[in-house]
Amino acid sequence: MINIVGSGLAGLSAAINLAYRNISCNLISVQESNRAQSVMAEGGINAALNTMGEDDDISLHFEDTLKGGAYLGEESAIRGLTENAVDIVYWLKSLGVPFESKDGKIVLRNFGGQKKKRTAYVKSSTGKMLMNALIDEARKYEVKGLIRRFDHHEVYDLLIGNSSCRGLKMRDLYTDKAYELYGPVVLCTGGLTGMFPGLTTGSRDNSGLLLSKLFLRGLELANLEMIQYHPTTINISGKRLLVSEAARGEGGRFLTYRNGEPYYFMEDLYPELKNLVTRDVASRTIYKIMNDDSCKGIYLDMTGIDKSAWTGRLSDMREELLDYIKVDIAEKPFAIEPGIHYFMGGIRVDNDHRTNIDNLYAAGECACKYHGANRLGGNSLLGAIYGGKVIGSRLVQDDNNELKETDNDYQKLNDSYSEKIRDILLSGLGIVRNKDGISDAIEKINQLLMENLKEVQFAKTVLAKAMLVSALDRKESRGAHYREDYPETDESFRKTAVASYDGDIRIEYVDLDGGKAR
Amino acid sequence: MIVEILRHKKNEDKSYVQKFEYQYDDEKQTVATMLNNLNLIDDLKDIDGNPADKIAFKQSCLQKKCGACAMLINGKPGLACARRLADYGDHIRLEPLKKFPLVEDLIVDRGIMSENLKMMEVYLKGEALVNEKRNELSYEASRCLQCGCCLEVCPNYMANNGFTGMAGAMPLSRIINELNKSDLKEVSKTYNRYVYEGCGKSLACVDICPAGIKIEDLLVNSNAIAIWKRYIKD
Repeated sequence: MINIVGSGLAGLSAAINLAYRNISCNLISVQESNRAQSVMAEGGINAALNTMGEDDDISLHFEDTLKGGAYLGEESAIRGLTENAVDIVYWLKSLGVPFESKDGKIVLRNFGGQKKKRTAYVKSSTGKMLMNALIDEARKYEVKGLIRRFDHHEVYDLLIGNSSCRGLKMRDLYTDKAYELYGPVVLCTGGLTGMFPGLTTGSRDNSGLLLSKLFLRGLELANLEMIQYHPTTINISGKRLLVSEAARGEGGRFLTYRNGEPYYFMEDLYPELKNLVTRDVASRTIYKIMNDDSCKGIYLDMTGIDKSAWTGRLSDMREELLDYIKVDIAEKPFAIEPGIHYFMGGIRVDNDHRTNIDNLYAAGECACKYHGANRLGGNSLLGAIYGGKVIGSRLVQDDNNELKETDNDYQKLNDSYSEKIRDILLSGLGIVRNKDGISDAIEKINQLLMENLKEVQFAKTVLAKAMLVSALDRKESRGAHYREDYPETDESFRKTAVASYDGDIRIEYVDLDGGKAR
Repeated sequence: MIVEILRHKKNEDKSYVQKFEYQYDDEKQTVATMLNNLNLIDDLKDIDGNPADKIAFKQSCLQKKCGACAMLINGKPGLACARRLADYGDHIRLEPLKKFPLVEDLIVDRGIMSENLKMMEVYLKGEALVNEKRNELSYEASRCLQCGCCLEVCPNYMANNGFTGMAGAMPLSRIINELNKSDLKEVSKTYNRYVYEGCGKSLACVDICPAGIKIEDLLVNSNAIAIWKRYIKD
């Protein structure tokens, strides 16, 4: 069988698209789909539907994605993504996603880094709505026996030999029994959130352990230094709460108090896109304002937006913030700060979503493909569904449906060790980086590596080091990676940073598109 | 504060109560964060100084969007990420949900909910009918977290008695709201059998739903379409 690891948006998309071709799969996840990080996505999904009378076009979506990613994304892949976006959104509508509509047409909202209204949405609960529709659609094929679910199962290793994957090992979290499954494996395991427990907008149920282990086993990763800090997050108990970009798409404004006077700095500094600059630019600008002694506080001011938004398009956001921060955002500006939100980097895949290991594929946030050095809001849901669709339309039936019990050799990693790694990573991989900060962090990692580590500790530590070395080696500023010691973008670095491990960490810069095909 | 947890080792029969002494500063701290903080302690000890195992519980989003961390908090079902310690004074008691098979500590097997949805064949057979008028109800129905809190308080829900509770009715109500007329008969039968006949209208679910879903609105709409056959194409 084809084995899909992770049942969020990318995993569901792959499973459903396989089922459309009558191909069966195992769909394995630590929790059921309702708990996947995809349900937390808010603002919307991009597609050049051109329903707003703005002469939008697929080529403009393509250009914005490429430019928003600071030209580190690959053109051929982004072309596929943007060309398929329209069909994907209408497919979602046919599955019953209640997109905001008017006169029978899907309404689009403004989003960062895009000059046209291009983001289809359901209030600011778009991820949850998409997931619900895909969960129901997948159920149709579960009933038919084409999708076999293993909820509460954690895949903790793959069966890899001779640079080829022939299956996986998983443990039943309820019984502690372990099993092997055979056939091609598709990783849809989410981003590197597990490297920063408690400090991202993402899921807490992501350990990063599987990816760590696979890196040691030869899986190539790409652009690990590209970490998106979302400009509007709020520290709540145990995590960072995302304030969707929809807040600004609907008219929210960044605000500080300069010498005591209100100062809408983004509008002053970026007169063209104003508050809707891309996330890398917004977060970096906020960082500068935060370090400017004449400015006090960073707020989002939504008091001036169209009142109709509060009963419809943003009603859920208003309720959520009233609940968590006790502020009615329709009445009062509220404090925000940038927080880790998305990982552009991840498993290196080609346009067919193949990794460098045969029979191993990846899609969704765990894969590095479409977003270059900075992802546009509204392109993550699209990328997850499209990646799953590419895989679902390429793989062929595998008839081995054996489920074989095996020894449970899973190794647990203490939360305290994960937090230690997290704090080191954070010290080197902030919004603004420099050689000294990154080198200090690497030094701390090296000290840990000299200790007597358990295998899982070692794996996670090596992955952390690869992230830091990627950031050290890219001696330029591009997208989310800003080096104050190399503040300019350097054309010679317009390449994919491929990280691999052969006893040592290697970072190799590979040409875009023209890079060696796999 | 004193944290009292009803614990249970995996694959064993007996449950036991374990108490922890816990201090916190942040008045916004939630039950879920408290559990994460206790689990951060490598040599966790209970109130009597005895070594204690890490506390098993489910979590994911920590912002009321995924339903993973449902448990009984002072006897009442709720999401651990939504309940603040400050609201519980100096004593809090955590227990697993009771209407689902116990797995370990605060983890129960809620698989019955997805099994029920499969049994009821909750999916669209044809293309969805979506439009501005229907959207609000589809949105509302699609918000269901499948956390199980509604089943926990429902006087009519028992595993395997036919009635699937609101955890079955909410996803089904999205399908009813969007289905084509040709599928109405079959889905009506399903709704009648697994929802309408079994619901005693106690509405305990309405107050307990952590997502605050407008359950009654959805039931009214489903009844109109599936029971009273007031099917309106647009």
